[in-house]
Amino acid sequence: MMNLDMGLDPQSNMSLSEKLGQISWSLVLLITAVACIGFAMLYSAANGNFDPWATRQIMRFAVGAVIMLVVALIDIRIWLKFSYFLYGIAFFLLIVVEVMGHVGMGAQRWIDLGFMQLQPSELMKVTLVMALARYFHGASLEDTGRITFLIPALIMIVAPVCLVLLQPNLGTSLMLLMVSGAIFWLVGVRLWKFALVIGGVLAAIPVIWHFMHDYQRNRVNTFLNPENDPLGHGYHIMQSKIALGSGGMFGKGFLMGSQSHLNFLPEKQTDFIFTMLAEEMGMVGALVFLALYTLLLVYGYVIAMRCRHQYGRLVAMGLTVNLFLYMFINIAMVMGLIPVVGVPLPLISYGGSSALTVMTGFGLLLCVHVHRDVRMSRRGMSDF
Amino acid sequence: MFNAIDRDAERQRVMNRRTLVLGGLKAGALSALVARLYYLQVLEGDHYTTLAEDNRISLRLLAPSRGIIVDRAGVPLAVNEQNFRAVLVSERTDDVDETLDKVVKLLPLTDADRRRILRDVDRLRSFAPVTLRENLTWDQVSAIEVNLPDLPGVSIEVGQVRSYPFGEQAAHILGYVGVVSEQELQNARDPLLSLPGFRIGKSGIERKHDLALRGTAGTSQLEVNAVGRVVRELARNDGQPGHQVTLTIDAKLQYYAQQRLAEHESAAAVVLDVQTGGVLALASHPSFDPNQFAMGIPQDLYDSLIKNEASPLTNKVVAGHYAPGSTFKPMTALAGLEAGVDPTHRVFCPGHYDFGGHTFHCYKKGGHGSVDMHDAIRMSCDVYFYDLARRIGVDRIADMARRFGLGERTDLDLPGEKNGIIPDTKWKRRTYKENWYDGETLSVAIGQGYVTATPIQLAVMCARLASGGKAVKPHLTKAVEQEYTEQTVWPDIGVKPEFIQRILAGMAGVTSAGGTAYAARITQPGMEMGGKSGTAQVKRITMAERNAGLLKAERPWKDRDNALFIAFAPVQAPRYACAVIVEHGVGGSSVAAPIARDLLLEIQLMEAARAQQADASPAAGPAPGDAPTASGQAIPSAQPAAPPLTRVTSVPAAPGEGTPQ
Repeated sequence: MMNLDMGLDPQSNMSLSEKLGQISWSLVLLITAVACIGFAMLYSAANGNFDPWATRQIMRFAVGAVIMLVVALIDIRIWLKFSYFLYGIAFFLLIVVEVMGHVGMGAQRWIDLGFMQLQPSELMKVTLVMALARYFHGASLEDTGRITFLIPALIMIVAPVCLVLLQPNLGTSLMLLMVSGAIFWLVGVRLWKFALVIGGVLAAIPVIWHFMHDYQRNRVNTFLNPENDPLGHGYHIMQSKIALGSGGMFGKGFLMGSQSHLNFLPEKQTDFIFTMLAEEMGMVGALVFLALYTLLLVYGYVIAMRCRHQYGRLVAMGLTVNLFLYMFINIAMVMGLIPVVGVPLPLISYGGSSALTVMTGFGLLLCVHVHRDVRMSRRGMSDF
Repeated sequence: MFNAIDRDAERQRVMNRRTLVLGGLKAGALSALVARLYYLQVLEGDHYTTLAEDNRISLRLLAPSRGIIVDRAGVPLAVNEQNFRAVLVSERTDDVDETLDKVVKLLPLTDADRRRILRDVDRLRSFAPVTLRENLTWDQVSAIEVNLPDLPGVSIEVGQVRSYPFGEQAAHILGYVGVVSEQELQNARDPLLSLPGFRIGKSGIERKHDLALRGTAGTSQLEVNAVGRVVRELARNDGQPGHQVTLTIDAKLQYYAQQRLAEHESAAAVVLDVQTGGVLALASHPSFDPNQFAMGIPQDLYDSLIKNEASPLTNKVVAGHYAPGSTFKPMTALAGLEAGVDPTHRVFCPGHYDFGGHTFHCYKKGGHGSVDMHDAIRMSCDVYFYDLARRIGVDRIADMARRFGLGERTDLDLPGEKNGIIPDTKWKRRTYKENWYDGETLSVAIGQGYVTATPIQLAVMCARLASGGKAVKPHLTKAVEQEYTEQTVWPDIGVKPEFIQRILAGMAGVTSAGGTAYAARITQPGMEMGGKSGTAQVKRITMAERNAGLLKAERPWKDRDNALFIAFAPVQAPRYACAVIVEHGVGGSSVAAPIARDLLLEIQLMEAARAQQADASPAAGPAPGDAPTASGQAIPSAQPAAPPLTRVTSVPAAPGEGTPQ
């Protein structure tokens, strides 16, 4: 029975046209639809102009879409094979920005590539998922039960998290931790181990607080009590809540958001773009947007569940969790549910790095879908 | 192999289960987002909508233009002028210092100015204009305008500044405007007061009618962005400009009076309309320039005004109280008549009057001989009034004086008005807890001792006499906007007309042959004046000085007698009353009387000219006679009324005639 299956693997060497046919075009359409909402919002953020944001965002999306399709068509076994390598590159770049920052360019988080600014920490969000998926691809429940087996994976997580924390970028490091946690959870790491780590972290909070930058402490303080400091750090949250709240059920109408257009809203084209959407489109618009986004997540889940290899499942789940975290942290932040952490809203916020990593992520997701039935050995190569 | 498959299946089962848990967590988190959205947008939506509106709309106040003040004929006394100021918007220049260096070549900026400018540039938002210098001259404005291309960020703004075309000539009436003080800001409800640079009336008419002159604030609803930059104007309401205030003052006479007083070091004069009580001229010398106050007076200038011995900031007409001297004698005489004293009763004046072991001197060394009441007023014989007062007592005199407006404020609403003092036995007991001495009555009889009065009170007293005993009250405001507030019917004082006629006849005698002020009489037929001179001691003359025969002119200025004169005209049917004081001017009839004569003659000549013109052109319009149009005299350089010295008929005093008193 097994031999029969092995001999009849239908997807191991699909032609390009077969692969194109396998791509979930409905997902691509959904991604494009959400991105279009983003373009409209950027158009509005510039007071009804395509410049300076919308045009460039469309161009980026076009480039991103090509990358997404290319990534999707590359055989997933190649991705598996290069997982550690890509992770290594991202890690190296993280060290590079860290060193460059010390050499004298200030607290810099990105590398200027000329046409765009590359944030290694964004890259890490995808490559860490790939590396962990690769690591756990062949692991059995017995393996994941052993602490010694988990230690290399933990090192893979902690090392980049520390670097990102040093940048300093609390939001991204927390996201990396949470995505990793989700993967650990999915591969079957026992609950008590999570409890142990969470307890440890809680115990370490005073120590972390001690090492935090003043601006990070202020952000936490501000989150706990935004009205105390209405013109300082609480200002952003206050204004964001005012913008959101004043949108009401049906919103003020496209291009009519007074808060956003009069610049009361900070960073309206990047981190606070959801606020503008909710101000102009109201709760109805925001719910439609959330529904579309949730649909994206459901797609991710379905792709993961239908995948027949662990690597694909873990990659799909990891990226979906990633997407969810982006969305949740961003929206919760602008609504004043959590402290202000600089996390963009994927597909909507203006920005180069995040757009590219997000599109690459969707590419991988599509790739998992295309190669859902590929058979892979535990070492990562195809069984034959 | 099967083992491996089992293990894979087990792994898959665990994963599926845990995926479900993860999905559940996500769904929970999503629900939290939706709940929060509902809370913010639906439950709290109204609250945040209000906040958003507040955020967006900034209400700015627009200062209304201040109402103008005109004289009775419409001549502007206080107007608003354009005020040019140079401002700098720091965001429009790359280098503030460099721009300032260029500006200094065109405008004098002190180091202190520069420090203030740089401080403001730091303090204010980069798009907010910082004032470089106010009150630019036209030359400075054009110099800046020409060089604008080289002065990035600099521009000229036009504002309004209060301007007083007559400058010093009407300063004490009009007062001035100034910036709102901290205290005024706290007590006031009008939001206008908090406008930066807003000026309110600080003194005089500007203060009395401040609310009417101020107008109501306009508002401009501006849409602003987060940093306060104006995006556009949503709505505008220009507000109400201030009302015009019309004064009873005659600008020509006022100008003339002030000029006339300027011949002396320190003097005051006031002319009233006997029928209405309207103040036609109110002059106090020295004066000050209210224009300097409106623009913000430099400290050194203010200090010099404060330190000046002749107190230019004090309006002596209301705030100077003086011993009225012999100008008070009509009150003593009237009290005597009412008490039943026979006016034909004669008293012998040997030049002094001995009473209670003291000797009271008459100003005339040899005495006046035998005098009746008429003679006593005409020649101002002190001894007659000593004798009269001793017989009727101080309380009757005080009562009469009060009925004629002395001893209480006239409520002209000019700053610093004094009550004056009319003493009587009760007053003495109240104030000093002592009994009244009869000797003191003798001092009161001749307007010395405790008695003090302000020039406006003396003018009112004179007007009440001249009106035949009507309780005329003085006022400065003829109309606010178009609502006339002048009162012309006054209650009767309750003194028999024949008594008053007798006093007026005595006062007419003062300027007749043998009277103290004959030299200062008016010779124009029908315009003659009556009056009463007064020379009031400022410092008691000691016996040693009297014996040494110290000449009055040799005493220090501050110790010399005050010269006073009250007058009315025309004698036949009095229309104008006047009071003049020349501080330390020594001679009431020689120094103060000519001023009173010139003022009364001037107003009568002006009236006559007006009446003539009105006759010649009956359809001249509502403004009587030669009333200048508002535009005709709006500019200060238009020389309001040249002093008509040529018209004054000055009759040289015949030798030995009319000893000044």
